[in-house]
Amino acid sequence: MTPRILIQTADFDAAAEVAAMTRDRRDIGAVVTFTGLCRDEGGRLAALELEHYPGMAEEEIARMVARAAARWPLDAVTVIHRVGKIAPGAQIVLVIAASSHRAAAFAGAEFLMDYLKTSAPFWKKEHPIDGPATEWVAARDEDDRALEKWRA
Amino acid sequence: MKAVYFAWVRERIGRNEEEISPPAEIVDVRGLIGWLSARGEEYAHAFENPDVIRVAIDRAHGKHDAPISGAREIAFFPPMTGG
Repeated sequence: MTPRILIQTADFDAAAEVAAMTRDRRDIGAVVTFTGLCRDEGGRLAALELEHYPGMAEEEIARMVARAAARWPLDAVTVIHRVGKIAPGAQIVLVIAASSHRAAAFAGAEFLMDYLKTSAPFWKKEHPIDGPATEWVAARDEDDRALEKWRA
Repeated sequence: MKAVYFAWVRERIGRNEEEISPPAEIVDVRGLIGWLSARGEEYAHAFENPDVIRVAIDRAHGKHDAPISGAREIAFFPPMTGG
């Protein structure tokens, strides 16, 4: 299973990605799609700016996919992560996990998202509506705690 | 070796990357952070709380006790906030 891993400034089309993944396949019985969007944080945010570590980001996501595929029988995986400036309401990240049965697809997608949040080298900076002062988003303890369920 | 910096570590130091030549007695990441911190105010600011700094050695996550010998590229950055 060779995952499709893309880091790009451009938007993505989740439906087109699912269609491309499942075209000519007869073995896939379940596709789980997760799309992360940019929140406006109660109207406070003008944009998020995403920075990444080129090279390592792709490699780290590939390592996460390999771990997921070793744990669940995944037939196909797509991960697309956008970088650059992203406006509230716009898409940031796409994870698609496919398997013959739904349990592996659900678990694989959730595992990949939990690790993307905490181990893939991306950083978010907030651009507020009411001024030029930007601020780096702090890592959240609950994102670290989300990993605990995969360590059991 | 090449040192690369991301997010607020990059902003505080004021550069994306640089060639560094730490002395032979610097053997691990912890020692390298201490050595970098002494290079100037901007480095001291970036590394003022070394425990929060994450490190990648040749593009793979490493801990502060990881040896640096033979590394070509060491990256320093805050906890990640992607997804």
